[in-house]
Amino acid sequence: MDLVLVVAVVLAAVMLVAAATLAVVRVERGPSMLDRTVAFDVLTTTLVGAVALEAAWSRRTETIPILVVLSLVGFIGSVAISRFAARERPEEGTGRRRGDAAVEGAERNESERLDREAAVDTEHHGGSPDGEVR
Amino acid sequence: MTGEPAWVTAVLDALAALCLVLGAFLTLSAGVGVLRFENVLARMHAVTKPQVLGLILLLLAVAARVRSWPVVAMLALVVAFQLVTSPVAAHMVGRAAYRTGKIRPEDLDVDELPHGDDENENAGGPSA
Repeated sequence: MDLVLVVAVVLAAVMLVAAATLAVVRVERGPSMLDRTVAFDVLTTTLVGAVALEAAWSRRTETIPILVVLSLVGFIGSVAISRFAARERPEEGTGRRRGDAAVEGAERNESERLDREAAVDTEHHGGSPDGEVR
Repeated sequence: MTGEPAWVTAVLDALAALCLVLGAFLTLSAGVGVLRFENVLARMHAVTKPQVLGLILLLLAVAARVRSWPVVAMLALVVAFQLVTSPVAAHMVGRAAYRTGKIRPEDLDVDELPHGDDENENAGGPSA
């Protein structure tokens, strides 16, 4: 095997592992569900890259359909989570002015943050009580 | 592959090595960006690099190594699907970030997502 290729594959593998690790750190830290979604996209892309790297290394073609499937369904998770995070309120679209959505969202975020801080119980670390996606 | 001169193999392997390193570097840059950038939109900006260019480079490397047309067709399909689906995901995430107030209004030069009075001028705009 060509030495250049071996070095390239090892280098690429190290970089992919590092990228996946950094993405997992961001998934753990959050702070919002959307940040986790974005970081999970990196993880999916890294997985695609790893499968492609293996295929390029071993010259096997059986794993390439996996790439097709991943590129087709990889976005469904992001879309689903975003859809729930963008839950609209009943009065949406009635008599609201330019920029209202962003301002109200920021206010809501702030109040949710205060709620969250108020809800911290030193004996229970199970997260906030309501099941809303943040 | 049989029947091709040795220099063709050497050139294609070198191309594959170059593409692998570049594609993996783009993925690494996305990992660094998603960890270090400040807000959702900046992180989305970092994520799009390996989703398109990085993927194309890595699949180019696979094509240069495997050297078979049916495989190249399937890799082109992967790129096509990725190009169709990743903007959808980015759009949804960006809109959700806007609507849940993760974007500071003063960061926006143009706010094209108002809800309310001028909704009618924007018929056919985002409704759900």
